[in-house]
Amino acid sequence: MKNTPFLKYHEALGARIIPFAGYNMPVEYAGITEEHLTVRSGVGVFDVSHMGEFWVNGPRALDFLQHITSNDVSALTDGKVQYTCFPNGRGGIVDDLLVYRFSAEKYLLVVNAANIEKDWEWCVKHAAAFGITAGPGGQLNNASDGTAQLAVQGPLALKAMQKLTGEPVTDMEYYTFKVLKFAGIDDVIFSTTGYTGSGGCEIYIRNADAPRLWEEVFRAGEEYGIKPIGLGARDTLRLEMGFCLYGNDINDTTTPIEAGLGWITKFVPGKDFIDRDLLLKQKEEGTDRRLKGFVMIDKGIPRQHYEVVDAQGNLIGEVTSGTMAPSLKQGIGLAYLNKGFWKNDTEIFIRVRGRDLKAKVTALPFYKQ
Amino acid sequence: MNVPTNLKYTKDHEWVLIKGNEATVGITDFAQHELGDIVFIEIETVGEELGHGEVFGTVEAVKTVSDLFMPVSGTVKEKNEELDTTAELVNSDPYGKGWMIRVELSDPSEIDALLDAEAYKKLIGA
Repeated sequence: MKNTPFLKYHEALGARIIPFAGYNMPVEYAGITEEHLTVRSGVGVFDVSHMGEFWVNGPRALDFLQHITSNDVSALTDGKVQYTCFPNGRGGIVDDLLVYRFSAEKYLLVVNAANIEKDWEWCVKHAAAFGITAGPGGQLNNASDGTAQLAVQGPLALKAMQKLTGEPVTDMEYYTFKVLKFAGIDDVIFSTTGYTGSGGCEIYIRNADAPRLWEEVFRAGEEYGIKPIGLGARDTLRLEMGFCLYGNDINDTTTPIEAGLGWITKFVPGKDFIDRDLLLKQKEEGTDRRLKGFVMIDKGIPRQHYEVVDAQGNLIGEVTSGTMAPSLKQGIGLAYLNKGFWKNDTEIFIRVRGRDLKAKVTALPFYKQ
Repeated sequence: MNVPTNLKYTKDHEWVLIKGNEATVGITDFAQHELGDIVFIEIETVGEELGHGEVFGTVEAVKTVSDLFMPVSGTVKEKNEELDTTAELVNSDPYGKGWMIRVELSDPSEIDALLDAEAYKKLIGA
């Protein structure tokens, strides 16, 4: 089990620590509901150092990324970030990730912790065809173990973080980034991204600078009531937004089209990516199932792998994520639903311990500011 | 971790308060802490006679769901109606306002098999 450089802070704060994706991670401090509401109304800090970071450099970096990712990397300009995925050659998804463009020949990929090894092998395998060298000192480089990251999220996050840098950050657009001197640390990647839907930033540093960053972030946020937030609230926050979680809602057997990720699957001229033909066919002909959001009408909480049935009790889908939504005080979930059942407002039933509880298909996000 | 000495306990982290032929049942401070924020308590067994170890309800926390087991055999006479709207009482006051059911014992000798506070403390490493 690996540790992030922030572990000692989590322990000192009394966090409940669980093994997650190969790391000892804080799942909650004060309680999921309280932490969730802190991020919705103020500012909270997540240790997300478990995430993976790969650098891609060189004259063929763009061609390589256009081939292995589904979104149109050529649409990025310097300082912009893009959400995308790696199609797996069989219509499924290797992982979902962020691509950062530093320059036309320099990119950063941020991948899920649980998939770092799989993604790395996948990238190395496909990089060879583009003459891209992989490994330490290569054009493709896995910096995951040396990189730490804090996500500072919430409506007051940027205001609080502005105190730590001379560069303006409060007016930064969503999904952009800057390389800054921040909290006295050089070369910090400051990115207005996140997984909560409440605004804020994600801050990347070298492991050695982690203690300084943690302490400065909490000092700057004190007047705004800043609090540490665990993985539990990270999940309820993302689910209220309807954001996909790899391993739950998307995986090696789900396609981006049926997962509702058509918006990151770009069939633009000149972009010949893995699974292009297969996914284009799916987009044109439609799919047999779709990932949709639903809210409980009856009292109950949906959980991953619960069955979805129609009024007659016929199986029509499966829940992939579910929780009690702290902002909405209602059970919500994502489910793959068969054709004929995925239109908004369709009445469906979630089988909760043998009882079929009424729910309704709904548009995402569940939570609106 | 709070473990009152006047109560009996089970390995499933329930507490039992015995008064004559009646037992009041809830979950322990340790259990509520492990579950995290509790949002629903579902008890639909009032009036039923259940055996020791049978499920009398479920507790739903934000991230997890767990069954509730009968610590002793008996008839569920009453449930804590207040939990229908304020399940979080189980978090804030597990041994008081967070009580769950009252049971009429069918075999009072089962009480001897329950853990005392010392034994329960040992179980949870407190």
